[in-house]
Amino acid sequence: MKGTNLGEFEELVLLTIAALVNDAYSVAITDELEKHTGRSTKLGVVHSVLNRLEEKGLVKSKLGEATSTRGGKRKRYYTISNTGKAALIKSKEVRDQLWSIIPEMSLKRI
Amino acid sequence: MEHHPGDVAETYLMKEYKKISPPKWAERLLSWYCRPELLEDLQGDLNEYFDRNLKSKGPGKAKFIYIIDVFKFMRLYTVRKPEFINLLINWIMLGSYIKTSGRNIVRNKLFSTINIVGLAISMSVGLVMITILSDVFSYDKFHKNRDRIYRVISNYQYLGKKDEDFMATTSLNVGRQIEETFTMPEAVAILRRGFIGDITANDKTLPLFGFWANESLFTVFSFELIQGNPATALKEPFSIVLTETSAKKLFGNEDAIGKTLVFTGDRQYSITGIVKDPPVFSHIKFDMLGSLSTRAIIINKDDKHEMAWDNIWNAWVYLLLPADQDISILKRSLNQLSVKGDATVKNTHIEFDLQPINNIMTSNDKLSNQIGAVMGSSSLWIFGGLSFVVILSACFNYTNLSVARSLRRTREIGIRKVIGAQKSQVLSQFVVEAIMISLCSLVFAIGLFFILKPYFLSIEPSLQKILTLDLSAPLLLYFVGFAVLVGCAAGFFPALFFSRVNAIQVLRSLSTISFGGKVTLRKALIVFQYSISIMFITSTIVIFKQYKHFITYDLGFSTENILNISLQRTKGDLLKKELNELLEVKGISQSHGVMSVGDYFGTNMKYHGNPDDSAGIYFNTIDENYLPLHGHKLLAGRNFAARAGKAEETEVIVNQQVLKRFNIGGQDPAKAIDEIVRVDGKDMHIIGVIKDFQYGKANSRIDQKEFVFRYSNEPTELLNVKIQSTDLLASYSKMEAIWKKHDPVHPFEAKFYSDQLELAFAGLKASMKMAGFLAGLTICIASLGLLGMVVFTTETRLKEISIRKVMGASEAGLMYLLGKGFLLLLAISTAISIPVTILFFEKILFPEIANHAPLSIPEMFLGVLAVLVVALTMIGSQTLKVSRTNPAEVLKSE
Repeated sequence: MKGTNLGEFEELVLLTIAALVNDAYSVAITDELEKHTGRSTKLGVVHSVLNRLEEKGLVKSKLGEATSTRGGKRKRYYTISNTGKAALIKSKEVRDQLWSIIPEMSLKRI
Repeated sequence: MEHHPGDVAETYLMKEYKKISPPKWAERLLSWYCRPELLEDLQGDLNEYFDRNLKSKGPGKAKFIYIIDVFKFMRLYTVRKPEFINLLINWIMLGSYIKTSGRNIVRNKLFSTINIVGLAISMSVGLVMITILSDVFSYDKFHKNRDRIYRVISNYQYLGKKDEDFMATTSLNVGRQIEETFTMPEAVAILRRGFIGDITANDKTLPLFGFWANESLFTVFSFELIQGNPATALKEPFSIVLTETSAKKLFGNEDAIGKTLVFTGDRQYSITGIVKDPPVFSHIKFDMLGSLSTRAIIINKDDKHEMAWDNIWNAWVYLLLPADQDISILKRSLNQLSVKGDATVKNTHIEFDLQPINNIMTSNDKLSNQIGAVMGSSSLWIFGGLSFVVILSACFNYTNLSVARSLRRTREIGIRKVIGAQKSQVLSQFVVEAIMISLCSLVFAIGLFFILKPYFLSIEPSLQKILTLDLSAPLLLYFVGFAVLVGCAAGFFPALFFSRVNAIQVLRSLSTISFGGKVTLRKALIVFQYSISIMFITSTIVIFKQYKHFITYDLGFSTENILNISLQRTKGDLLKKELNELLEVKGISQSHGVMSVGDYFGTNMKYHGNPDDSAGIYFNTIDENYLPLHGHKLLAGRNFAARAGKAEETEVIVNQQVLKRFNIGGQDPAKAIDEIVRVDGKDMHIIGVIKDFQYGKANSRIDQKEFVFRYSNEPTELLNVKIQSTDLLASYSKMEAIWKKHDPVHPFEAKFYSDQLELAFAGLKASMKMAGFLAGLTICIASLGLLGMVVFTTETRLKEISIRKVMGASEAGLMYLLGKGFLLLLAISTAISIPVTILFFEKILFPEIANHAPLSIPEMFLGVLAVLVVALTMIGSQTLKVSRTNPAEVLKSE
């Protein structure tokens, strides 16, 4: 099933949403990603990834309360859906499995 | 905004950056293209970034980034898809709109009638305009090569004096030279004027009209030859091509081709072709065509004038160019030709230009010497502009009444909006309503159009020749399109107004809504309508006064009871003798032309005192009876003496201007007698000096021009018959009977001098009729609008009036109360329109017209008075009706 496969950036975004818990909205996600990865992240890219993730059913979103910041516009908060969680866990498992079969010597020298 | 302690910092920040916000247009662009479900979040994100950038990078850069971001977010997943469902809903709703509009039209019968009638009146003018345009633009469409045909037009410059206006004609010489030496034109058609006269065949004689034309005529133009060879029909001398109608008149059903006929009594021509009658929409019209090669034989061998370089008044030259040719090359060759030709004449420069045949009907009005009647661009613009004003006025009625009555519809709109109608849907509902009204009006307007058509065509005699104003299927389509356009124009503003209605406010309480801003607008529209009406009616009065002034102008001689009979090449002697025997005839004189109606005859004059000085002068040729018959005043000398037979012309009577121009006899009439002047190359004695009189039309400055009377005792052109009779018409028919005896071929062409003077001002009369007609229309429309407004105002104030009555207000007081607002508006309109009209005539029109009558202000107010009376009747009748109602009836229901 193609839809459940995660791209690298998608995975990062998904992880950031999970990490931010109740405060995951587009700008915060962008900032967080920038902080952790150290590479400049564009809002537009994050936005389209969020949109794609929602289409795939990996995240859910709802509009927050209106505040006086952002010109009175509400934020859209994202949370990971069960499918999303499953996808994250699956991808972690794949990595762990691969990690576990790498002979200890081959990566230690870096 | 409530203040919580925690908000203080934020509030402070907001205040600091309050003034700076993202560019409005970018925000609007975003909300236009973005899907609604994504919009809010995206806006918020961009705002957050904007605020961040504002602090770190400054307002300029922040705005720039915002704009860039708005464009960056234009992606496949954010862009709104066209909503087919909405289109479908609009389509379904159209039925509902039509239904509610229909109900509303029926419910408000008075207002619907006012709107429909007003729009119908104005639209009928619009329909006439559309038909005129369609007629004008269908001219010359039948020529297959119409896009490649150009006419050579020329401009005459004498002694470097530039005459700004071109003539449609050019010289035969240049036509022939282009034909022989130019390589670019595929064919050159030359038409020369003067092939007019009596055609005799089969013992029948017909006066026919046509042109001399060369053989390429049928190559350039698509006149269809029924019989004959188009390439050679006009080649040989003494060939003639008849139209189908002329051939039928002369030969009946016989085959005409190959037969011979006689032109004006002497020469025999053979018929080499029968051509279909030129279509109505052809700018060249004729009954027959004679081969141009004939002229080389019939004119005098030593006639230098025929092919002279500066004889540019008699021939029209049309060129058929190859497709996609650069005409500037051709213009350059024409300029070279002009330089070459100018060398053959003294002090004269002839300049050429090319005019596409498609532009001929709408050509500049100053292009003179046209081959037939043309419409002219400025009259089209003027009429177009005026009909636009009239239509606008009717649209204003609709706008005004709809907005004024908006209170009654706001609840409906409120409910529509609550149910879910969008702004655009309310807008389209009211536009649809306006379009329905204008379509209703169209039906009436088409009816009015048929009433208007004959009236319009009779405004100016020449219009009948140019236009047919016939309806056709595509025209009807244009009409419907026009009605829709008018509907949109009339309904757009009310629709916009209604679509902005705030549903909550409307449904909560009607009284809280203020329509204050719209009242000024409504008043402005009424003022506009009335100003236009007053301007039209005062202009009509002014033009009427000018017209009366000119046709009764003191020309310096008497025109009373003089009948000018055009001889039309009939021998005049016998006719004259027989007419003289009539009791009513007091005297008969002969002349070459009718004066003061705009016909000019020119020649040149020299005075022996200064042989190098030559001047162009005007003249008329008369007999010995002319001066007494017309009551011309001789200042010195004597009248012509009667002479028998053909004698050398030796005597001339001059006017004072001649003495002044050449300084003859120290400008003393008595001393000028017997001086010798050279007129038209002949030495002549001055035998008399007459007082200056108006030789040109009363409104031209020609009276300041040198003029001479020459003598001829042969009746050639005109007989001037002085009649003394109580029954002029009976005398006229007696003379007609005598004419019939002498000339059975030509119709009796006789006109009273006074009628001819009137005819000379037919243009002025036409504009007077036009202005009067438009004045009538605009007053009608404005009064309808006013009636609607008055009815509305009195209706809404019914309760107030009843209470006032109960309290003891008088009828007159109430009428004043209700009418004073409108009276003020009328006063403002008068204050605007009268000065504008005065300025228009004084500054724009009158400087162009010599000898005009002065403007008289009291007469202008006569027009205002007429408008006032109509308006007051409207206001008075309604207010009276209301003030007479029984207050108990009105207040009872409360």
